[in-house]
Amino acid sequence: MIPAAFDYHRPDTLDEALKLLKKHGDEAKVLSGGMSLLPMLKLRLASFAHLVDINRVPGLDYIKEEKGTLRIGAMTRQATLERSDLIKSKYPILADAVPLIADPLVRNRGTIGGNVANGDPGNDQPAIMIALGATFVAQGSKERSIAANQFYKGLYDTALARNEILTEVRIPVPPAKSGGAYAKLKRKTGDFAVAAAAVQLTLNAKGTVERCGIALTNAGLTPVEAGDAMKFLTGKTPDEKTIMEAAKLAAAKSSPSADRRGSVEYKKEMARVLTARALKKAVARAGQS
Amino acid sequence: MANHKISVTINGAVREAEVESRLLLVHLIRENFAMTGTHVGCDTSHCGACTVHLDGQPVKSCTVLAVQADGCKITTVEGLEKGGKLHAVQEGFTEKHGLQCGFCTPGMLMTTSALLERNKNPSELEIRQAISGNLCRCTGYVNIVKAVQYAAEKMR
Repeated sequence: MIPAAFDYHRPDTLDEALKLLKKHGDEAKVLSGGMSLLPMLKLRLASFAHLVDINRVPGLDYIKEEKGTLRIGAMTRQATLERSDLIKSKYPILADAVPLIADPLVRNRGTIGGNVANGDPGNDQPAIMIALGATFVAQGSKERSIAANQFYKGLYDTALARNEILTEVRIPVPPAKSGGAYAKLKRKTGDFAVAAAAVQLTLNAKGTVERCGIALTNAGLTPVEAGDAMKFLTGKTPDEKTIMEAAKLAAAKSSPSADRRGSVEYKKEMARVLTARALKKAVARAGQS
Repeated sequence: MANHKISVTINGAVREAEVESRLLLVHLIRENFAMTGTHVGCDTSHCGACTVHLDGQPVKSCTVLAVQADGCKITTVEGLEKGGKLHAVQEGFTEKHGLQCGFCTPGMLMTTSALLERNKNPSELEIRQAISGNLCRCTGYVNIVKAVQYAAEKMR
């Protein structure tokens, strides 16, 4: 399969990339890892007259903690995240999820920026970023940051303007007694989730929930933030009964559609089960940290 | 739509080409360079038959643009053999009967040779995870795993 014809641009700087986006407007699309975009172009589900390849723009590939914030450059490959000792030791929610994204060859190209900016509700990192309370940095005519839970507007529709590039993901460094987990059900390697749940929480000295974020993947047209479950859990001791109730509230927020991965009922039930599993794991990890 | 003049180093040789923006890397290799060891399988980034090394990393060449490889080093299955001597993974697939129809084999060889560069002593699970983006419809993977274990031992 061959994509429809387009013009390829390879800017050497971010400024140059932004100028190209400004010049070509709706006809331009940013090419990051290309692991979603190129298949869509090949299948002719999308077409753009101009692709702006940011793979050689310097300074967009890093993972570092600075002043209480984990900063990840948009062009950081999934394989880099997968092998990062910092991610493995301090961000178990990402360490759980990254090896379950697509397959190892795709992870050698695919980037965190592309995963969160694409606006596909089947992607794993949007829900994770919502659970983590992350923000995305967008560069356009000026720099602005957008909270992950305000970013997703609809299917492939995000708060990112046409002339903006998502350059960085910012995650608050979790305080002591924090834990996170990502539980995903998929039929096989390379498939999107039947359902998946992202949980990040912090316990206080008494062992009750100080803060928690819960979000679901592939549970609607956008990633779903489980606000009711988050409110319900906050201030409570996360025992079995409380976790099961919170999972029920989270699943009630999901609105999946039936497809070859299963019926609506099945997917909602899986969202409940996976939320409960992620919550239990996150609580156990918070107890150990 | 402008064409692009590109230059790549493929299996150690510098090759130039003038390509359309939309030309895929796998077609550059197979059609422009007439190296047909790299296969097109599913053409939808699932099967891994088209796996090549791009600057040392195994990638699916049906999902990379040829123009993106400009200035890069590419290794294809034709580049594994050195001086008439098979690479250890090629020898392993031969010795352990790691193939039947052979269609997936070039991709399997590229993925597993990259794995063994990174991990000299992979466990069975690590081998199975590494090839999880390469589909084989014949072997049931058992002999592929054995072939990689053979190669790992050979390379140590």
